Amino acid sequence: MVLSVNLQAVAYLVSAVLFILALKGLTHPASARRGNLYGMLGMLIAIGATLLGDQVQDYGLIVVAIAGGAVIGIVVALRIQMTAMPQLVAALHSFVGMAAVLVAVGTFLSKRGAGELNALLMGEISAGVVIGAITFTGSVIAFGKLQGLLSGSPVKFAGQHLLNAVIGLATIGLAVHFAMTGSLVSLTLMTLLAFTLGLTLIIPIGGADMPVIISMLNSYSGWAAAATGFTLHNNLLIIVGALVGCSGAILSYIMCKAMNRSILNVVFGGFGSDGSAAESAGAVAAEKGVKSAAVEDAVYWMEDANRVIIVPGYGMAVAQAQHALKELMEHLEARGVEVRFAIHPVAGRMPGHMNVLLAEADIPYDHVLEMDEINPEFPSTDVVLVVGANDVVNPAAKEDASSPIYGMPILEAGRARQVYFLKRSMRPGYSGVDNLLFYQENTSLVFGDAKQTIEAMNSALKGGGHGH
Amino acid sequence: MPEALDPSLVALYVFVLACFIGYWVVWGVTPSLHTPLVALTNAISGIVLVGALLVTGDPDAGLLTKLVGFIAVFLASINVFGGFLVTHRMLSMFKKKK
Repeated sequence: MVLSVNLQAVAYLVSAVLFILALKGLTHPASARRGNLYGMLGMLIAIGATLLGDQVQDYGLIVVAIAGGAVIGIVVALRIQMTAMPQLVAALHSFVGMAAVLVAVGTFLSKRGAGELNALLMGEISAGVVIGAITFTGSVIAFGKLQGLLSGSPVKFAGQHLLNAVIGLATIGLAVHFAMTGSLVSLTLMTLLAFTLGLTLIIPIGGADMPVIISMLNSYSGWAAAATGFTLHNNLLIIVGALVGCSGAILSYIMCKAMNRSILNVVFGGFGSDGSAAESAGAVAAEKGVKSAAVEDAVYWMEDANRVIIVPGYGMAVAQAQHALKELMEHLEARGVEVRFAIHPVAGRMPGHMNVLLAEADIPYDHVLEMDEINPEFPSTDVVLVVGANDVVNPAAKEDASSPIYGMPILEAGRARQVYFLKRSMRPGYSGVDNLLFYQENTSLVFGDAKQTIEAMNSALKGGGHGH
Repeated sequence: MPEALDPSLVALYVFVLACFIGYWVVWGVTPSLHTPLVALTNAISGIVLVGALLVTGDPDAGLLTKLVGFIAVFLASINVFGGFLVTHRMLSMFKKKK
């Protein structure tokens, strides 16, 4: 069956509208699942219209490839742990990048065979190859860091920026040469350099900057799809690529703003702990010492509280403590305590990471509040429980102009009556900055594994608490 | 006959306008759904599958082109199926208080 070009274009339009509605659905959790269904429907229509068009006439390989990809995709999606979502997303980004490279190369080969190459087309092919290749290796490195296959700390070496600049300029030079001459050698070299650039750009960036990097690679994968659309003169690919590219760019912006850093500073800054920071105000406060508290003390204060706010961070994900926190929430609510969760935009390893983990533990989303919503609540809160977060509650961001994190918006946990920090050790947060909150009068540290500590709290509460 | 508009210019129109739509729609997404947003955009960027299908299914394509297209279809399919399904799994977890 052959769909006419015009009918196919109409189907693509419907599909593009469905994708826009899919994103629109994410405005609220209640409409989000319907949004995802719109997305699936849009994809089904797009694939169907493509297969029925007259450009596709050979189905054998296609069926095998789709079936293979579908099996792997479905199995992985069903089995992946929610804590591993950042890695999965990084891996999926790399596939989009590689697919964009391959489509651009494939288009070059078939147009060359047909003698239809021209400078503009080859320029578009270059864009697809270069953006796709950077997305691919960049995402592979991000995956390696998130999965723990590569060191998560920033890797810095002399001449890093110069090297990137040279590779970048050489890539552009080769792209221009390729567009003018159609030289296969230039295409190959350009592709290899772009793969290298993805690697050298992402390898210096540390683990806690991953929310920005994931967002940025998300954006790149969109631009790669759009570039492919230009190459193929396919408006659907252009529209979808632009939507995804914008989405990733906006997320990158939000993440950077939440760290009070520019995107350039994240990409080129090599920010992160090298252990040498924390001399100024932090060192002074360190002499004042910190208070440590037993689990029972924290339980005592929490069960008598009117309101408890829990601040989760990446440490909660590492300790897999979200289910224990759900139980703690129930114990406290049974005693009439109002429990809320406060989420900093860059908590975790990707945007919204904490929200998904709390949702996984069946914590209702209306108990989970964003920074701007919850900050006014801290002064009237009795107890704040910080679970695996650090920099995002550090008052140094507001008070110490010499601190590397100065200016970063924080959760104002320190303004509550009591703060309990669940911590493994006294190691500083990712930024390497000492946390001034540790030394505040109303703060106590509860040392130990987050999950075990919360489970100990739960058994204390189960046993009826202290019965006062 | 009047001069026809260059198709690449039409593509540019579409691209720029789509960027504006993306900008406004994505700013409306609630921060609590940012992870599903990344997963969903990932799934829909599997739309490169359409490009891969066009390359692979071309009756005039040579063996190398077909091989390149085959791998692209395979990778993009992982994205499409894996991306939508994992988004669905995540979104099913977001519940209001009973």
